[in-house]
Amino acid sequence: MPGIKLSEKTIGIIQQICSDFRNEGSELINVLHQTQGKLGYLPAEVQEVIAKELNISVAKVYGVVTFYSFFTMIPMGEHPISICMGTACYVRGSEQVLAEFKRQLSIEVGQSTPDNKFSLNCLRCVGACGLAPVVMVGDKVYGRVSPQMVKNIISEYKEGCASEAKSA
Amino acid sequence: MTISYQLKRVDFIFKNENDWEDVLSKSISRTPQELINELISSELKGRGGAGFPTGLKWKLSSEEGDDTKYVICNADEGEPGTFKDREILSRVPFKVLTSMAVCGHVIGAKEGYIYLRGEYFFLQPELNKAISEFEYYCKEINLDFKIRIFMGSGAYICGEETALFESMEGKRGEPRNKPPYPSSYGYMGKPTVINNVETLAHTFTIFKYGAKRFYDLGVQYSRGSKLFSVSGDTPKPGIYELELGMSLADFVDEFGDGDTKAVQVGGASGFLVPRKRFNETAIGFQGKLTGISLPTGGSMMLFNSSRSMFNVLDNYLEFFREESCGQCTPCRVGCQQLLSGIKAVKRGEKNAQYLDKLMRLAETMQYTAKCGLGQSVANSFSSIVENFREEMIY
Repeated sequence: MPGIKLSEKTIGIIQQICSDFRNEGSELINVLHQTQGKLGYLPAEVQEVIAKELNISVAKVYGVVTFYSFFTMIPMGEHPISICMGTACYVRGSEQVLAEFKRQLSIEVGQSTPDNKFSLNCLRCVGACGLAPVVMVGDKVYGRVSPQMVKNIISEYKEGCASEAKSA
Repeated sequence: MTISYQLKRVDFIFKNENDWEDVLSKSISRTPQELINELISSELKGRGGAGFPTGLKWKLSSEEGDDTKYVICNADEGEPGTFKDREILSRVPFKVLTSMAVCGHVIGAKEGYIYLRGEYFFLQPELNKAISEFEYYCKEINLDFKIRIFMGSGAYICGEETALFESMEGKRGEPRNKPPYPSSYGYMGKPTVINNVETLAHTFTIFKYGAKRFYDLGVQYSRGSKLFSVSGDTPKPGIYELELGMSLADFVDEFGDGDTKAVQVGGASGFLVPRKRFNETAIGFQGKLTGISLPTGGSMMLFNSSRSMFNVLDNYLEFFREESCGQCTPCRVGCQQLLSGIKAVKRGEKNAQYLDKLMRLAETMQYTAKCGLGQSVANSFSSIVENFREEMIY
């Protein structure tokens, strides 16, 4: 794996988070949430620092990071797009919606656009089955999405309302 | 046999919670034994799907001698087609908090946790606000009880109670062997009561109005009301509180779009009921149909005749394969094999009899898998393959 060198500052951030949780191994998941929130993702190098700070093995950290779907080892786009593939959404056509997103952005699931503006992911039920099919962009939820709506959703984020959408 | 209970709407859960302070202070002035008896006589069963008697759960933990005990609210609502807990936590959070504190009083716990599903992070700020208001009142009445939110990280299996403990302890969410049960060995190895969000909301009703009001609803073995999350091909998706014991036929009359071919009761881990069985199927614990052992109940997904049941099953198996924690072989390999098996049959690479082999595999998983996830794959698999065999093949 091509290593990345963490800056002193980044290491400092991670150390601070760990000490906020009293450097306890049982707080690993909270630490990972916080760290990903600050850094955006959890590459192996970050996991090594966390393991050292919490005094647990890197294998354990890696095991937890790869177990939970919320943790990612690759950076996400500025606007992560998630398409719900829960059953209610699925039968109401989320596959076509996903296909349209792939087509519009020319990326596959798990990838980001070259400008790093969008990334595409699938979710397992966001708990909004009454609105199926559901798409999330960042924290914002779109209900009853049809393939025809995809273009408009994407353009919302292309045209500088990014900051507004983020706070929603 | 035709079951003739009418569909009855009930309005307890979302009714105002303004008197929670009153309910809390009155409840904790009663003895634990009284409260346990009240719960037991209401015959409330866990609303997550497994249906364990709530009163008994509290009683078992109260009898443990440990100094440190925990109360956990399971808000890891992950069953596809379920969205009731989210609604409870955003509309009547104080009911849940009150019941947690009363539970703490009963079993002798000073700490409570809400294990909140990762996808519901947006609920966190409001919920934290409610918690601080709640703790402020607790201090006023000299009740020593703290509540903290623990955020899940996107793993369906963590709804299983022992996997949830593992996850809270900072580990991979892999279920433990049972026994020991959570009532004696739960979070951090301490006696723990873990209840579903909805169950706690119901206990509030019971402490407020008394067990009888609750017991009078529903039918034998399935007392009280329950929230149902209705989705799929229906003109009115949403959350409805209904009395238990209704027939599925009445349910479909109310919520169907006139062309309902089948209803999935209890989400991916539940059962598919085809149209011809609507009349003989009741929704309640004895009808064996409120979800089996995974902690989420109340998912009702309607499918009309335009839906391919092969696609539905394909989606479920895809889900299980993804969410299997991989710890035990029957579940890890079983889910993969069931998925590739039905695809092979569909493509004509295997003959139709191969479906029977797959059914036997599903049955084996039911007996040998370690936890409810692997055990309940057979529920949806067998009920779909049995009832819509031709759709699996052609």
